Amino acid sequence: MSEQELGRTVTTTVNGTEVSRYVLNRSTLAQFLRDDLGLTGTKLSCELQVCGVCSVLVDRSPVSACTYLAVDVDGRQVETVEGLAQGDSLHPLQQAFVEEFALQCGFCTSGFLMMSVALLRKNPDPSEEQIKEYLDGNICRCTGYAPIVEAVQLAASRMREEGNV
Amino acid sequence: MSEQRSHVGSPVLRRDLFAKVTGSAKYTVDITPSGTLHAKVVRSSHAHARITRINREQALRTPGVVAVVIAEDLKDLFSRFGHIVPDHCILATGKVRYYGEPVALVVAETLFAAEDGAAAVEVEYEDLVALMNPAEALAQDAPLIHEEFYRAATDESFAAMAAAPTPEEEAGERDNVAHTVEIGWGDVDAAFADAHLVVEDGPVHYPMLYAYAMEPYNAVADFHDGQLSVVSTAQHPFMVRTDLARIFDLPLSRVRVEAPYLGGGYGSKSYTKVEPLAAVGSWATGRPVKLVLDVEEAIYTTRADSADVTVRSAFDADGTIIAREFDLVLDSGAYADNSPLVLAKAVNRCFGPYRVPNVRARGRSVYTNTSPASSYRGFGAPQGALAGELNLERAARELGLDSFEIRRRNLVRPGEEILPGKRGIDADLLADLEMLSDSLNSHASADSAIGIGFTASDAGAFPVSTAQVRLQVDGSVLVLSGSTEMGQGSESALAQIAAHELGVPLESVSIAQSDTIGPYERTTGASRTTTLAGLALQRACTDAKQKVAEMAAEVFGVPATDIESIEGGVRVGDKSPVGFGEVISRWFGAAAGEVTGVGLLRRDGVTKKMPPFWEVGVVGVDLAIDPDTGVIRVQQLATVADVGFAINPRAVEGQDLGAATQGLGGALFEELVYDGPQLTNPNIVEYRVPRMQDLPERIDTMIAARGDGVGPYGAKGAGEGTLNPIAAAVAGAVAKATGKWPTRVPLTPERVWRLMNDLPEDGD
Repeated sequence: MSEQELGRTVTTTVNGTEVSRYVLNRSTLAQFLRDDLGLTGTKLSCELQVCGVCSVLVDRSPVSACTYLAVDVDGRQVETVEGLAQGDSLHPLQQAFVEEFALQCGFCTSGFLMMSVALLRKNPDPSEEQIKEYLDGNICRCTGYAPIVEAVQLAASRMREEGNV
Repeated sequence: MSEQRSHVGSPVLRRDLFAKVTGSAKYTVDITPSGTLHAKVVRSSHAHARITRINREQALRTPGVVAVVIAEDLKDLFSRFGHIVPDHCILATGKVRYYGEPVALVVAETLFAAEDGAAAVEVEYEDLVALMNPAEALAQDAPLIHEEFYRAATDESFAAMAAAPTPEEEAGERDNVAHTVEIGWGDVDAAFADAHLVVEDGPVHYPMLYAYAMEPYNAVADFHDGQLSVVSTAQHPFMVRTDLARIFDLPLSRVRVEAPYLGGGYGSKSYTKVEPLAAVGSWATGRPVKLVLDVEEAIYTTRADSADVTVRSAFDADGTIIAREFDLVLDSGAYADNSPLVLAKAVNRCFGPYRVPNVRARGRSVYTNTSPASSYRGFGAPQGALAGELNLERAARELGLDSFEIRRRNLVRPGEEILPGKRGIDADLLADLEMLSDSLNSHASADSAIGIGFTASDAGAFPVSTAQVRLQVDGSVLVLSGSTEMGQGSESALAQIAAHELGVPLESVSIAQSDTIGPYERTTGASRTTTLAGLALQRACTDAKQKVAEMAAEVFGVPATDIESIEGGVRVGDKSPVGFGEVISRWFGAAAGEVTGVGLLRRDGVTKKMPPFWEVGVVGVDLAIDPDTGVIRVQQLATVADVGFAINPRAVEGQDLGAATQGLGGALFEELVYDGPQLTNPNIVEYRVPRMQDLPERIDTMIAARGDGVGPYGAKGAGEGTLNPIAAAVAGAVAKATGKWPTRVPLTPERVWRLMNDLPEDGD
């Protein structure tokens, strides 16, 4: 097969920076982010779209980077955990996750953060039930979830106060 | 108390969490040295079969493939591993013993090339009789899964923990029993003959579980110039080092194993897993080799032992236990791994934290042609507790006592022995019981079905631990520990202890962990770090302070008796305090140098008596069951962490809720199911773990801190105890709600509905 049949060049914006790379057709977005761009904050686990670990935002919507093909981000905006903090200043969700002990091993955390970002953009004042429903597709094996709910509530209230949504 | 002194016992923010929320924290899977080759494992498609032919020609012609390694390539190595019984082939040798067993390793320039190459390896098999459960494996005419006997490793500690094969096992005829443990005391038969009431249960089935640490097993190995370096998802890098050194006949000092942050452990990353595969890949190619398993492969690498447990208990008329008898059969899969120790612990823990004057307990760990079983959080305790606590519940009903009262009458009191000759219980279980009772009963509703469970685990494993504290000239402190940070918060807890001991600000303490070029730590498991690594660290701090005091005496030309160790430094006579850094700098005569304090812990002094500490499990649930569907709703979850002292209370609560949630998974949803030679559900779609909407409606994670542990400030271990009795508590509550006695978990809606409707618990 020719090089063109095996892959193609994609141009995409990742955390605000435009990048152009040749990617194989069979490459996933997770492989593109981790192996080509070195953005290893996005993790992989179930690889079947049910654990939420690899959640990133494409054009502001959550997708599972484990199965989303890299060629499909051509012309789109990608947001990953590496884009949340502004310099040394943590995003309110990151800060709240630390303060509420909403992670232990941390392997699921990027996915929870990105899903929570998407949730709070849609709904700045979610109820406990709405948080649980929205994040039910993300698995955490360490915390037992309650601290994650508390962290999202804390971040949401701070972001509302700061008009930061 | 000064400000520094409050560093222990307060909910300081965990330092590792900052790196973890930004995505900058490095896990093994994030580490890919330049020039790394990628490996893919070719796995057996048969449960038990002779390998008649392996054709790797096509695979070797696949673009990008560098090598295809099979067992015959390893004949100059010691090609097996196993820290208790070295029975585990790196690559299947002669035959395969389970579906999913590694048969070949394809090493290539890219992962895609390795995958393509793996698909091109042809393996031909000649089927043998597959033994898919202990009943088949124990049958008279069963073929042997292991024809050879592999002499046990010589580590006395496993013998001390009843996990090493006995001389009888070594000399005896081969069968499919990997290990047998029997314990007992008193006159069991006489007690049963005299009993007011005898209650029998079983076999009660505890399922095969998958820990699902979310980062699957992976490792990158680099073998060159007679040295091997491995970065791995290993809880116990020092144990892995021993296995690797034996494989390549290298001195321990030429093998380095590092474990960066682990994406979950829960016991499932104890001992050697994929490191030998990555290492032989590198040995064969001379380049670094990275091997990352997917979740299905991880499930076929390690699961928890399932168990069938039969129990018989004898009671006096007032509900006093007079005897208990247990028989446990563990399905340990194709290789022993840590199952002999899991078995020994299951036997030690099955009869519960009760005064039992007459005990007879026998356990067998049985080889089957299923995926190898090994450690998982709780370590034998949940398996035995399900049957044992359910049996106690049944006795309570027959005696007309409630769940709390029968335990009040039988729980051991502080200091009493559970295992004769071992450390007495270092917890106040009666006080814990009242905390639990108050919490659950004050929030009970009309449809509450309350179940409780108690366990006691001889925890801490074998006490061998070291630590180093390096005081720097700028006053900052570097702590070196062999303990692994897998999410439990050891990095933070160790920093708290060091800051407290040295009287320095928490921010000035840095921790470097789990690298075999640093100080030795036997394991990170059995809830030992705070207690044992913590004690070693305290001793290292004392040693460092003493060395600084001696230097100060020399620098200031005064007798050592004139030097007083104070927070962050020394005081010379009645003069102003001098910081550690200044003493060091003046002694070396430059702004250079450092002082290293060393702390050593062995089975001596406070940790002479085994176990180093007891980790108790004290839990209760309040369930509501939908009579039409059998769906269980957890209305309340209450836990008591009897930890002696909580170095970081928020972290302890987090460990307990996490452990309880994993326990609820096994009680309600989780079970690996074999159908024929392979699992029907080796994935996270069909192996259902708890999700956010499964959260109990009310959660009360209580901490009992009575300073009764041997660890720093009276602490003892946490993190496992709360998982252990959860399944028993759920099953007990279901029995109350339905009036029927479950004989297995998980209690899925279908099973509960069947129970309620007098149908067999399984439809097939």
